[in-house]
Amino acid sequence: MEEKVPFVRVTRRQDFKKSSVWMIRILAFVIALVLGCFVFLLCGVSPLQAYAEIVKGAFGKMTGIRQTVKIMIPLLGTALALAPCFKMKYWNIGAEGQITMGAIGAAFFAINFHDKLPGAVLLAVMALAAMILGGLWSAVPAFFKSKWGTNETLFTLMLNYIAIGIVAWLQGGPWEGKEGSQIVPNFASNAILPKIGGIYCGWIIVLALVFFMYFYMNRTKHGYEIAVLGDSENTARYAGMDVTKVIVRTALISGAISGLVGFMLASGANQTIYSGIAANNGFTAITVAWLSQLNPFAMVLISALLAGLSKGSSSLKTAMGVPGSISDIITGIILLCLLGCEFFINYRLVFRHKEEKNV
Amino acid sequence: MENVHAIEMRNITKTFGKTVANKNVNLYVDKGVVMSLLGENGSGKTTLMNMLAGIYFPDEGEILINGKPVSIRSPKDAYAHQIGMIHQHFKLVDVFTAAENIVLGLKEEGRLDRKKLSEKVKAIADRYGFEIDPDKKIYDMSVSEKQTVEILKVLYRGADVLILDEPTAVLTPQETQKLFDVIRAMRNDGKAIIIITHKLNEVKEISDVVAIMRKGEHVKTVRTAEVTEQEMTELMVGRKVELNIERSTPVNPKPRLTVANLSYTDSNGVKKLDNVGFIAYSGEILGVAGIAGSGQKELLESIAGLRRVDDGSIIYTPEKSHPEDLVGKSPMEIRNAGVSLAFVPEDRLGMGLVGSMGMTDNMMLRNWNKQKGIMIDKTESRMLAEDIYRELEVVTPDIDYPVRKLSGGNVQKVLVGREIATNPSVLMSAYAVRGLDINTSYTIYDLMNKQKENGAAVIFVGEDLDVLLALCDRILVMCGGQVSGIVDARTASKEEIGLLMMKNSQEVN
Ligand SMILES: Nc1ncnc2c1ncn2[C@@H]1O[C@H](COP(=O)(O)OP(=O)(O)OP(=O)(O)O)[C@@H](O)[C@H]1O
Ligand SMILES: [Mg+2]
Repeated sequence: MEEKVPFVRVTRRQDFKKSSVWMIRILAFVIALVLGCFVFLLCGVSPLQAYAEIVKGAFGKMTGIRQTVKIMIPLLGTALALAPCFKMKYWNIGAEGQITMGAIGAAFFAINFHDKLPGAVLLAVMALAAMILGGLWSAVPAFFKSKWGTNETLFTLMLNYIAIGIVAWLQGGPWEGKEGSQIVPNFASNAILPKIGGIYCGWIIVLALVFFMYFYMNRTKHGYEIAVLGDSENTARYAGMDVTKVIVRTALISGAISGLVGFMLASGANQTIYSGIAANNGFTAITVAWLSQLNPFAMVLISALLAGLSKGSSSLKTAMGVPGSISDIITGIILLCLLGCEFFINYRLVFRHKEEKNV
Repeated sequence: MENVHAIEMRNITKTFGKTVANKNVNLYVDKGVVMSLLGENGSGKTTLMNMLAGIYFPDEGEILINGKPVSIRSPKDAYAHQIGMIHQHFKLVDVFTAAENIVLGLKEEGRLDRKKLSEKVKAIADRYGFEIDPDKKIYDMSVSEKQTVEILKVLYRGADVLILDEPTAVLTPQETQKLFDVIRAMRNDGKAIIIITHKLNEVKEISDVVAIMRKGEHVKTVRTAEVTEQEMTELMVGRKVELNIERSTPVNPKPRLTVANLSYTDSNGVKKLDNVGFIAYSGEILGVAGIAGSGQKELLESIAGLRRVDDGSIIYTPEKSHPEDLVGKSPMEIRNAGVSLAFVPEDRLGMGLVGSMGMTDNMMLRNWNKQKGIMIDKTESRMLAEDIYRELEVVTPDIDYPVRKLSGGNVQKVLVGREIATNPSVLMSAYAVRGLDINTSYTIYDLMNKQKENGAAVIFVGEDLDVLLALCDRILVMCGGQVSGIVDARTASKEEIGLLMMKNSQEVN
């Protein structure tokens, strides 16, 4: 009857030390790099040289670092925005749309009020408008969910396309520059975020957001309400929390931060608005948030890693003539390994005929 | 008796990290014998049985079946050795029928013949006296029916050894009796049965022998007829214990909570509370008896502001200020109105506590909103957690260890500890000792009594009529959402309460 036992079966792991969890993640990263070697070998380039080129491209020179940080800013900002939603088990996948709406809010004031308001005030108004629009775009599905039990995943996803559609219309209509160009002209100089250290100052804003979000989730009443609600709605009600209020408020704050990211993308990175302004940050940020286990400081690391990969591989393309899609494959392998190792952190494989011992 | 046992465990040891769950356990069961497994919470009963069921594999020791050493590495192995275990949490597929669940995972020849299957299931059911409809879907079933399906499932696979982990914890007394009839039928059929229960009267009633565990070790196996409840408890705990409930006369009782004409209809349109009325006095324990699902849960949750009632009033009369109607108030409004209402709900981890948080963070469920400003300060909660940890002897590696991972008894200590720490003027508890060992249960009774002496109005929803009769001052009996009677616990009899529990259904029949 021993044959009836499957060769390998899966059991849930109980406790794992925090330090060994991180060891496993690092190991997974190393495995990913090794797997990546084969891909480079297939393309006929030396893997070591290729990796060196990626690192050099991303972090080697000041210009590279600036580019990397520029990619990192919206990614980190959006991951931070999603953290409280995910902690609450509210599946907001509409950051893309919330970023876009934020950009619309900012662009509205940049285009219509640049000659009426002084620089600092204009930027503040733009940021505020972005946060309000992004926040509302996120609060509406939350309100529907808490009142009528609609599914937030579908609702937020659909709102993404509506937001992008609105920009496409503005681009070809009211905000179009040269007729027929489908392009919104660049903002006036007083509607553009100033640079600090050679990069638009968005990096200071996201850095501040990291601390804010850590503080918000761990030290405030709101953070506590979010954590309780994420565990059990009944417990939240039992503790006297206003469940509707907490859901809507959290979604509002999350959307406002995404909106702020939209403002930075419009006013800082692009100095204009176009329909693809969110550039998938709203989705990639979901990966960043989960890989970081919703920890804001870990998000800095993960988003730096992904941004570095993205920047590094584009220099790889120019330096070694490797096709651009190769870097996507490498990124894919790394993400697969990092996400896949979470399985081994939570589950254990038991092989037939082997003593079952707890780690 | 011959020397070959149906099951024999020799020198079994099992550890989880640093925890030694079982240590050098030697234990055997014979055919045609019902054995109870008794021990405090966390003494390793479930772990030991899981090794017979193929869930865990022992670190050391061997298992013999009918005298032959075997290795049980998976539940399938266990079935192959005719061992079947009914776990506390059922593993059934909701959308399937009873019969489908029973054959699920079995390799049957050819197509599934539903009619034949139903007949076969029916035949087993009749043999042991089960009542079951093989074609009923699991989601339409009560807990007791689901349990029946689980038992049939292992019998269908030909089990000769049945292990039941706390099967009666979720059953009404009537359902328990039915289960016991089935167990006796199986015993007479020559099966070996191991049953885990914390209720000593059940041990006495159903089992031939009782094996006692203490801190992972097997202390002794004795013939049930030759041991008293007191002796069993002392073997379990390892020292002398007092097992009596002191009942003091209520001092200066005053109406604290006056409930009148309370009705509640749930979202499915079922009337769960029908014109309920009673008065809970300060300094007294008001027991609530009734078949599970007679509206006890809804009553407590309505008082706590968690349900929107159709009609009625809940008047709270404090010591010094004016009476206040709690109907229509949210839990927070009730709290803000200065009502100190403590509530130990039935669903400990799904309502009373946050499973993923430690003791400290769980203490904050009561005071998170009291502090000024947006910040949350954990100092007070940490101190409270430490107090409860010390005074109630909570077994946890650390006060920030997720409470979900604590044993049932310790989870309950955390919850009850927090609730009574608020110095409540009304304390409500639902099935406060469910799943707790006898010693911890008495700790909880003591805590209830202390609250009574402090002048709180205690409302104690319970299922064990002996306990209700010994602990409470008055007992309110519920039946089908109505109050079918309120009796004096000092003079009432079990039979009297039993009749009141069935009152309405008799009128209907
Ligand atoms: N999977 C596990 N991982 C780590 N520790 C465990 C595991 N299962 C049980 N334990 C520990 O082993 C000990 C025995 O647990 P077990 O569940 O067998 O007790 P029990 O006698 O069934 O208790 P109860 O009466 O509360 O059901 C406890 O200290 C428990 O915390
Ligand atoms: Mg157990």
